[in-house]
Amino acid sequence: MTPPNDQHAPEMHVTSERFSENARHALDDKVLQGGLFIFAKGFTALREIGISQVPEFGDMRDRARDVKNHVLENLGDYLKQFEERVIANGGRVHWARNASEANEIIGRLCAEVNAKTVVKSKSMVTEELELNPHLEKQGIEVFESDLGEYIIQLRKEKPFHIVGPALHLTKEQVSDTFYEAHQRYGRTEKVTEKEALVREARIVLRERFKQADVGITGANFLVAETGSIALVTNEGNADLSATLPKHHIAVTGIEKIVPTLEDLGLFLRLLPRSALGLDTANYLSLYTGPKRDSDPDGPETFDIVLVDNGRSDMLGSEFQDMLRCIRCGACLNGCPVFTSVGGQAYGSVYSGPMGAVWTPALAGITHAANLPNASTFCGKCEEVCPVRIPLPNLMRHWREREFEKHYTPTGQRWGMGAWRWIAGKPALYRLASSMGGRVLRAMARKGWVKKLPGFAGGWTEMRDLKAPEGGSFLEQYEKGRRS
Amino acid sequence: MAKVGLFVTCIVNTMRPEIGFASLKLLEQAGFEAEVPRDQTCCGQPNMNGGDKAGAKDLALRLAKLYAPYDYVVVPSGSCAGTIRTHYPDFFDESDAEGERVRALAAKTWELTSFLTDVAGMKEVEARFDGALAYHDSCAGLRELKVKQQPRTLLKSVEGLELKDLPDAEVCCGFGGLFCVKYPDVSGEMVRKKLADIEGTEARAVAMGDAGCMLNIEGALARKGSDIKVWHVAEVLAGLAK
Ligand code: SF4
Repeated sequence: MTPPNDQHAPEMHVTSERFSENARHALDDKVLQGGLFIFAKGFTALREIGISQVPEFGDMRDRARDVKNHVLENLGDYLKQFEERVIANGGRVHWARNASEANEIIGRLCAEVNAKTVVKSKSMVTEELELNPHLEKQGIEVFESDLGEYIIQLRKEKPFHIVGPALHLTKEQVSDTFYEAHQRYGRTEKVTEKEALVREARIVLRERFKQADVGITGANFLVAETGSIALVTNEGNADLSATLPKHHIAVTGIEKIVPTLEDLGLFLRLLPRSALGLDTANYLSLYTGPKRDSDPDGPETFDIVLVDNGRSDMLGSEFQDMLRCIRCGACLNGCPVFTSVGGQAYGSVYSGPMGAVWTPALAGITHAANLPNASTFCGKCEEVCPVRIPLPNLMRHWREREFEKHYTPTGQRWGMGAWRWIAGKPALYRLASSMGGRVLRAMARKGWVKKLPGFAGGWTEMRDLKAPEGGSFLEQYEKGRRS
Repeated sequence: MAKVGLFVTCIVNTMRPEIGFASLKLLEQAGFEAEVPRDQTCCGQPNMNGGDKAGAKDLALRLAKLYAPYDYVVVPSGSCAGTIRTHYPDFFDESDAEGERVRALAAKTWELTSFLTDVAGMKEVEARFDGALAYHDSCAGLRELKVKQQPRTLLKSVEGLELKDLPDAEVCCGFGGLFCVKYPDVSGEMVRKKLADIEGTEARAVAMGDAGCMLNIEGALARKGSDIKVWHVAEVLAGLAK
């Protein structure tokens, strides 16, 4: 992919090198584990019920895959069409090759209107860009308005999940966080009940909406034929962010295009069902340009920042299929690794199976090698993905890149080389497997090996190994045994 | 009569030879005389999943040559059969002549229980197993080869066997080849959940179609001191499970 010295190379900060350590912490965290258990069972069940009501769900997935593939094959044309429509509607389009450029553009747009306060609705792309610290450095106060994002912003955490950023927290943790953060607004009484917590966040955030000079949103979809952006939320906060402030900036990735409103309809049926088993999201809004003279209200300016940050490198590569992703989170919810360790262990804003493919593309395989490796390839993610992304294959392609570039750990690399060599020499293979069995029998006590040396020690950290009885199959077969 | 070549796989060859003999017995019951080419080695799955594409390709070509004389290749493992059947063809471009032989191998390769039911038309086996048994769906067989009903159909015909529904039977046990040694903590948590589900069924044994998952689950049960037995589905169907 892009050479590291390229100043337009994709940028994203990750701490994925510490995956194993983070995972261990997550596994020891009793509170988190309790939440993960409910999350894993609940979300899977919701999705299953949701899709069982739509017999044509499989066909819809095929169509969605085909629409996205068509868009990706003609991405330049659709982006051009989209830009033309946005301009015709009175809006502006800005192109950002990477995170620095995107942040610089958004910072400039805010400076142009002298913004002191920005209110945001949930946007994973701005998390990817680390936009908030950038704006804060410029002296701008940034408020997240999605409840989950707001909570993790106060706690200075990274999102737990692309759809539910604060799903890992308990109401007690949220209560503590609010108690501490809201004192400055004169709210000195500690609130502990769920509804009261939501009410309090609503009161605090309402004021921020009124104050805000600029509203920043993401965009779930970009409609090429109309130049509209589509926002799907369950809290309605995106609509307030987009309409109350005088200036609306939408930030999203270049891959979010769909050709027509009719295509959009298909994705709007797939997304909430795959995410939460819902037939529709609570709020769906289309924004097409700034306030017109005849409109009673709405933003005066409408800017769209389209971010590449590694996406065009994926086009035409073995990772192109990943660009179909609609960020529904179904692959995370179904993933046995994600539901064991949670999102934070991945050290990237994109976690779970989609993050294991997406993160190395943005942060480089050297920094993110753990993520495509920490998978059993069980295939559940591919089974649930609404746009049929072959996630395990794509993770495997990252392992291939890693191997080609000699990043694979030396021991493993050497082991695979030796294995291939032995497997090419059947007599040696037979000997090695017979010997292997004998060594294990010698190491065993009452038939079980309790501790293995070196790399294999990972096995006996968690489990015993039953030593084989008798000779290898090929050995016994050669001696004439047949049943 | 059609010629069947049994590919026993590395784990069965080294760790659990009985599964290979159980497979031979079942193939015979189904009316086939199966052979085991003595020069079989590895299908290359560890190389494929470790990113060593060239190594995996070499081993694919090797296996294709070795099994060229057979009409069917039967494998008592969903993940090795899946490697051959669903992944091998992707190693070679359509136009690649070298790939022709490998594509032919892929097309005639079957996971054991699907071969017995879908190809050989077997509906029941001659075997006995006393007590309750849970069945775990090993991932690759389930998702790459759609092995789901086949083993259950045959298990239900085993005399004395009460097939228990295992909750989350389709959730991975945490084996994942190198995954379980590279990420022991995560793998350990996954198998812990699997054991809890198995124990919940109160079955005295659990069966599955992949020896890798077996080593993982039986090893974790042993570490816990549990006396729940772990069998390969072939061992139960051949009447070798006690
Ligand atoms: S990869 Fe598929 S399942 Fe995962 S978030 Fe993207 S669209 Fe959803």
